[in-house]
Amino acid sequence: MTDLAAPASRLRLLLPLGIFVVLVALLGVGLTLNPREVPSPLIGKQAPAFSLPQLRAPEKTFSTTEMAGRVWVLNVWASWCIPCLQEHPYITALANMKIAPVVGLNYKDQPSDALAWLERNGDPFLLSVSDIKGQIGIDYGVYGVPETYVIDQRGVIRYKKIGPIMSDTLRDKIVPLIEELRGD
Amino acid sequence: MTRALATVLALCLALGAQAREAAPAADDPVLEARVMALASELRCLVCQNQSIAESNAALALDLRNQVREQLRAGRSEAQVVDYMVERYGDFVLFRPRFKASTFALWFGPLILLAAGLVLLFRRLARRRRTGEAELSEAQHARAARLLEAGRDRERR
Repeated sequence: MTDLAAPASRLRLLLPLGIFVVLVALLGVGLTLNPREVPSPLIGKQAPAFSLPQLRAPEKTFSTTEMAGRVWVLNVWASWCIPCLQEHPYITALANMKIAPVVGLNYKDQPSDALAWLERNGDPFLLSVSDIKGQIGIDYGVYGVPETYVIDQRGVIRYKKIGPIMSDTLRDKIVPLIEELRGD
Repeated sequence: MTRALATVLALCLALGAQAREAAPAADDPVLEARVMALASELRCLVCQNQSIAESNAALALDLRNQVREQLRAGRSEAQVVDYMVERYGDFVLFRPRFKASTFALWFGPLILLAAGLVLLFRRLARRRRTGEAELSEAQHARAARLLEAGRDRERR
């Protein structure tokens, strides 16, 4: 019974080590995950429809139905949002590629502040709409501005990025996805 | 003069707006209790370890108002929870729902405990069956030799 040389017993001795290694591996994977990036339940679902006043022309509205049949990008931004400045060059680069229209959702912002921000930093958007109370933001599950959505021809959300877009996200995710959706 | 009037008017409006913000707690304590009870079940996604009842993040405030308006409009707690889950996912729930993907979450600890108890009882039963550890002839002899050697060392 206490014969350590038996292979079965040696295996039993190794068992705690095995469990420990598995546990460390699981914890290690857990460390590499970003708890701020909550998988959105909206991916693969119809983008919530909205109709909002345009930032530059409040008497006119923009409605999601106008984008039917096109691949487009919805970028949630605000003048009070610091990381928005960080991603601004990449949003501009994306808009300049002319592969998909980029619509800005100006989230919980004052139109005057928003216009001044665009004046200072440049306006890459096809147009921006004002979501002053943030209601549309709630419909899109926005919780960390900036957020970016890629929406396909049928109005389905195909991709969502929480937080600023950087060159790698743009190059490896967003541009290839848009090109794939367009069938280029 | 008109400017002064406008200023006074704007101030009054601002005060009025503030008064409206604070009003719900006073005019319907039952509703407010329901709002806070539900809000404390929902995670604030900006400050993830707080509920939207505790958090003062702008989004938590908006979502609290959303909960209040929907409850006031006569929707049930379950409907409001569905509304939040549709937008923010299961992660907003502090108490995850029972479903296939959360089975391990709910029952994992119980299964581990049961497995541990089974192992423990099996081991105890085996020990009872074997009784005191019995030594073979050779082991007895070796033990005697070791004891003898120890005694020799002491004597020296």
